[in-house]
Amino acid sequence: MSTADTPLPAELRARIADLARTEHQPRAASVSALTMVQERFGWVSDAHLLETASLLGMSPADLDGIATYFNLIFRRPVGRHVIMLCDSVSCWIMGRDTVCARLQARLGIRPGETTPDGAVTLLPIVCLGHCDHAPAMLVDRTLHGDLDAETAERLADGLRGAAS
Amino acid sequence: MATILIDGRACPARTDENLLQACLEAGADLPYFCWHPELGSVGACRQCAVKQFSGPDDKTGRIVMACMTPVTDGTILSIDDAQAREFRAGVVEWLMTNHPHDCPVCPEGGECHLQDMTVMTGHDRRRYRFTKRTHRNQDLGPFINHEMNRCIGCYRCVRFYRDYAGGEDLAAFGAHNDLYFGRYEDGALENAFSGNLVEICPTGVFTDKPFSRIYSRKWDMRGAPSVCAHCAVGCNTIVNARQGTVRRVINRYHDAVNRYFLCDRGRYGHGFTSAPTRPRAPMMRQDGIPVPVSIATALERFAAMAADGPIVGIGSTRASLESNFALRALTGAARFSTGLTQPDHDLAMLVPALLRATQARNPSLHDMESADAVLVLGEDVCVTAPRLGLALRQTLRRAAYPAADTARVPHWMDAAVRMLGTDAPSPLLVLTPAPTDLDPVAATTHRAAPDTLARLGFAIAHRIDASAPDAPDLSETEIQLADRLASALRAARRPLIVAGLQYANAALLHAAANIATALHAAGTDPALSLVMPDCNSMGMALLGGLPLDDVRAMARAGRIGTLVVMENDLTRRLDATALHDLLSAVPHLVVIDHIATPLTHVAELALPAASFAESGGTLVSTEGRAQRFLPAVLPDMPVQESWRWAQHLTHTMTDSPHWTDLDQIIAAMAQDITALSRVGSAAPGADYRLDGRRVRSEPARISGRTAVRANISVRDRPLPQSPDTPLSPSMEGAYTPDMPGALVPFYQVPGWNSVQSLNRFQQEIGGPMRGGDAGIRLLDDAPQALPDWHYDIPAPFSFGPDDFLLLPEHRLFGTEELSALSPPIAARAAPAALRLGTLPAGLADGTLASITLAGEPVTLPVRHDPALPPGIALCPPHLAARAFNAPIRVRLRRVDAP
Amino acid sequence: MSPSERPLTAMIGLPDGPPDCAAYGRAGGWQAVRRALRDMTPEAVIDLVTASKLRGRGGAGFGTGQKWSFVPRDPAATRRKYLIANADEMEPGTFKDRLLLEGNPLQLIEGMIVAGYAIQAGHGVIFLRGEYHLALERLNHAIAEAREVGWLGENILGSGFGFEIHVHASGGRYICGEETALLTALEGRRAQPRSKPPFPQVGGLWGAPSVVNNVETLCNLPHIVTNGAAWFLSLGLGPDSGTKIYGVSGRVRRPGAWELPMGTPLREIIEQHAGGMRDGYRLRAFLPGGASTAFLDAGQIDVTMDYGTVEKAGSRLGTGLAILLDDRTCPVGMLHNLEHFFAQESCGWCTPCRDGLPWVERLLGAIESGTGEPEDLDRLHDHARMLGPMGRTFCAHAPGAMAPLASGLKLFREDFDAHIHQRRCPLRETA
Ligand SMILES: Cc1cc2nc3c(=O)[nH]c(=O)nc-3n(C[C@H](O)[C@H](O)[C@H](O)COP(=O)(O)O)c2cc1C
Ligand code: SF4
Ligand code: FES
Repeated sequence: MSTADTPLPAELRARIADLARTEHQPRAASVSALTMVQERFGWVSDAHLLETASLLGMSPADLDGIATYFNLIFRRPVGRHVIMLCDSVSCWIMGRDTVCARLQARLGIRPGETTPDGAVTLLPIVCLGHCDHAPAMLVDRTLHGDLDAETAERLADGLRGAAS
Repeated sequence: MATILIDGRACPARTDENLLQACLEAGADLPYFCWHPELGSVGACRQCAVKQFSGPDDKTGRIVMACMTPVTDGTILSIDDAQAREFRAGVVEWLMTNHPHDCPVCPEGGECHLQDMTVMTGHDRRRYRFTKRTHRNQDLGPFINHEMNRCIGCYRCVRFYRDYAGGEDLAAFGAHNDLYFGRYEDGALENAFSGNLVEICPTGVFTDKPFSRIYSRKWDMRGAPSVCAHCAVGCNTIVNARQGTVRRVINRYHDAVNRYFLCDRGRYGHGFTSAPTRPRAPMMRQDGIPVPVSIATALERFAAMAADGPIVGIGSTRASLESNFALRALTGAARFSTGLTQPDHDLAMLVPALLRATQARNPSLHDMESADAVLVLGEDVCVTAPRLGLALRQTLRRAAYPAADTARVPHWMDAAVRMLGTDAPSPLLVLTPAPTDLDPVAATTHRAAPDTLARLGFAIAHRIDASAPDAPDLSETEIQLADRLASALRAARRPLIVAGLQYANAALLHAAANIATALHAAGTDPALSLVMPDCNSMGMALLGGLPLDDVRAMARAGRIGTLVVMENDLTRRLDATALHDLLSAVPHLVVIDHIATPLTHVAELALPAASFAESGGTLVSTEGRAQRFLPAVLPDMPVQESWRWAQHLTHTMTDSPHWTDLDQIIAAMAQDITALSRVGSAAPGADYRLDGRRVRSEPARISGRTAVRANISVRDRPLPQSPDTPLSPSMEGAYTPDMPGALVPFYQVPGWNSVQSLNRFQQEIGGPMRGGDAGIRLLDDAPQALPDWHYDIPAPFSFGPDDFLLLPEHRLFGTEELSALSPPIAARAAPAALRLGTLPAGLADGTLASITLAGEPVTLPVRHDPALPPGIALCPPHLAARAFNAPIRVRLRRVDAP
Repeated sequence: MSPSERPLTAMIGLPDGPPDCAAYGRAGGWQAVRRALRDMTPEAVIDLVTASKLRGRGGAGFGTGQKWSFVPRDPAATRRKYLIANADEMEPGTFKDRLLLEGNPLQLIEGMIVAGYAIQAGHGVIFLRGEYHLALERLNHAIAEAREVGWLGENILGSGFGFEIHVHASGGRYICGEETALLTALEGRRAQPRSKPPFPQVGGLWGAPSVVNNVETLCNLPHIVTNGAAWFLSLGLGPDSGTKIYGVSGRVRRPGAWELPMGTPLREIIEQHAGGMRDGYRLRAFLPGGASTAFLDAGQIDVTMDYGTVEKAGSRLGTGLAILLDDRTCPVGMLHNLEHFFAQESCGWCTPCRDGLPWVERLLGAIESGTGEPEDLDRLHDHARMLGPMGRTFCAHAPGAMAPLASGLKLFREDFDAHIHQRRCPLRETA
């Protein structure tokens, strides 16, 4: 199903190893390396964590301690698209709870979950620095602002449509 | 020295310490969690808050963390300040929001630092009304239980395990209040010092797993000061016992030796004392069948044997000085053997000789930690002397001190010091045949055969002092390496050379001595540490005796009537043929031991000895420190100390000497053997009285003393008595933090029930015990001979295509005799394999190969280890062939799997 | 306003996106690098910046020149030193650095070269929020171009000074913005803050001397070097020099961010630039400079937005981007939202923050949802009192979290009481 168990592609391994070499110590590349793996596979599987750790000369515990520390590294599978809906104060004032409720209903999932079709994961995120267009959300790498329930739903529908 | 004001009280304080230390040293009750005397300060828990005032006129003050605030002369602080108290109570209340109220079923209960601190802060009402978080626990292997819900997030575990001990497989996961301290996945903790988590964790997250199966509250156990029997370092321990069984071993602080930590072999190796196979009665062979007999019958039989000709005794490097000396008294010095084969015997004798003759310090472990260059020459100390390896690792932290001093960061600011030392060069230079656990942090590692390493050592000495002999025919790379290492050592102020007996290579010891001598001549302050194999190897070397080879010759010549073998499994020393020849040339064999060995099964008379936990005695560590262990369990007859058995045997023939207690035998030994003349001062004798009373061995709070055997008998049993110890067998007796370090049976003071109460027993934190440190160094006053070079430089190592030098691969778990009999250690012992650097044609990783070991063909799976130098093979001693102990040449043959 | 009156944003918002090296130069860029590297000693740059009274725009407002002056200037110039741009912008309600990063990355790069030269650091790092994907793209593009043209690399302008920049995209954690935690993060560790001393200027990244400056701080530098300290001083309206990117979010007509003279009154920002409150909403209170600043009452709207005045009013200038609470938004809910953020983003290192903030969050949650008890208010006060002052927790995260709480408990006392007594949120139905 997922490619989480397949070894990291040679080219990705080489990029991680190169990065580790240029750092003062290889461990400095840990977040970047995890991010690179995640950009490719959507999340960091156990197998990939082990492989990355060995590329960086770190123990799996050490690297996983870092992976689980940061908000943006996913150690569980996510959908093909990730919606990160801001839950910080400006967006909250501007009605992010309503947007979230509508998204939940539309997608049939709660925050932290992935739609059964594997299309969309809904996550809360801290302030996206888009407060002048609150409520805001990040869909994959694209920032959307001035959301209301309808635009959010339309975006979510688009993701599922495009994904299936 | 500075003076600080604690709540108006003027207290002396050292300027190189922090306010928390100063308060504790002043006897104040200031709670803390994340600070640890050996790990320093990181300011995580915020429990040690005090109010600091900028001067006499400052009435407001400022809350500071005592552990993060340096002592300066005139510091004014208040522990009692209302705000500070409120904050400290708040910290415990916060910790308690998630901590389960499971003290009644928690093994930490009664010796829990968190309990102590909770009481100390006065937090006693639950106001948090929300749910607690829960965690899944991990299976961390045979040593440690994991109960993460009890975690208070002080980070001590990872700081000890990772930063201090170099472990990699324990980490902190998650963030905010969803923290998790554990492994990446279930599995045994890999680090050799994992057991210390039990004492490091201030609550019940990490607890002693074997102990939990035979659990007892701290206050319900007897304690006795003891010394670890599982290597020659001589770590001080406390043995806890109840109802005649050893329950656990914990650390006993010794300023200069093990300080706060033990290795896992030492902590979990005691299981052999409870082995069901242990001999519990004298066994006498009747018509070829061993049958249990009374002591009297056994002694009668011995008297009959004694009439059959001379008695020869074989002592043991794992038995106490006293037992060996008593055996020697039975046989006479001329018929007493060290129990070591010629090469081992010679090497053992060489060590004290070299240490005495070399003008370098013979360092304690604590001394080693401050070395600024360390050359490890041909010994994997991480397995032969694990705690010593941990001491060497600490030199890395010291390497950061110059940077810390420049940035004016005090040495106890742990995280800052480590960060500032990021680029500090490692002082460790590791030259060994096989990879060691120190390699990842070493500046230089080099792999070669022992002879080659010895040659390098000679070359290094020559490069430091040209009058030292050079090794001929060095390769270009070897010359460069020797140049580099020589200048690194010469540049140091306190260089340390470490070698040992692991590979039974005298040239390594000679080379190490030459380097130390050369460094001394070059004006540095060098130290030389030589690692011996067994807990009393050094004692035996000082006691002296015949090598086993002489015993064999005597037997062949028909000059032995009875052979008495004490605590020595000769099958680990002699190969089957040699042993068979010896035993068949001896009419009578008597074995005294506390474990079942192949020898106890064939002996005509096998006498059940007391283990270290059931007897008192003295061991001399590799540093030449004589240290006393005292009985934690007073054994039921007929189990008794080897020396008592030896005395009984002696008295079947003569009335003298007549020693009825340990002190008499110690006095006789000191009289008789010059090198041991001072062993009496290792610890106070049995007549020692504290405030006119014996020292109690049980905490005053012991409960149910008369009820524990109620299922057997409701009558009070008289307490067992022993003339060998100044400890009373019960809670009756004296106990103060000023008691001699050699006698401490447990640590506890009012308000402090955990091991952290140790702070109260020290003159200053991390310093010597208030009542004096345990033990006495025997080699210090040795006459210093003039430096003399050693010239026995071996030829370069050579090997053929199928021809290997097989080296003993000592392991942390499984190769040491006594601990291997302890179930949790046995569970961690990996099966034997043959490790090869280069695989001969036809052999691949995992294929079976056959070699001849100790005269017998042995088949082992091959493991390819590219880190090994060519021509070297490694195999664990005693696992593949019992007697394999020292390097031998072997040829490999491929064996096809059946 | 003329470009020279809003130097930071003059080149931002151009139709073709951020300027390239050439366009940047045509519009007055690169002059500062030329002047500093050719005509000035590093000490002279530090003196100039000190004279300009530039204060850090990251929230604490520390004097930039003074901060630099702590970097050891020993002859060991070969020693590794680092200049780090703090682009972690994660303070709720703050969106000024993203504007600068996306709008004119070369301005930041030039500022970093100047700062790097001043402290003689050869390595520059931009610590960027992981979610700022567009900024990452633009920064990398700009760095590559600048390197190609020769603004970065060895021996810039033949001065003998070499400087490299690389971008580190964060794994995401508010605490990474705290300068010492940022350093820990850059070293590939769990981003826990470090104790001071040693200060980063002495022992920072990998133990080497390091300076961490906010993006906006650094973006001011080219203009100060080009136009001089007097000019910079003249830009400010009050005691503080320069311009500031101010902003407003909440129920105003035109939320946004604007570069204005330092010391502009908040009323002017809200009413003129943000267009005033939306119809049907009244201003009730505001956080003047991000989530970790204390609430000020609507009556304090005339506060001038400079460091000293806001502090005197009882809060902090912080990031200078105000969050407005209107009369139809529940203040208890807002506090609950804020404290949820702080509890979530606690790094987990020290007890009061790690275990205290979740308690606060739950108390607020209970009160908001109508299950609060009168004693809960005592607990909240306890926390505000015990965690608020600096020095009790390991870093400033928890004091930051307590700023809105302590002020909110005072300002919104009636709302709290109403929630507890009515066992519901009185605003819920009407909102
Ligand atoms: C919890 C916390 C978060 C912070 N986040 C940021 C941030 O995102 N960006 C920033 O520039 N400064 C942040 N700071 C302030 C920095 O620690 C530091 O003061 C600043 O980067 C220094 O730059 P400046 O002197 O140019 O202002 C934060 C501080 C704290 C305590
Ligand atoms: S597991 Fe124990 S040692 Fe580790 S952080 Fe938790 S309480 Fe501290
Ligand atoms: S002991 Fe001082 S903060 Fe933990």
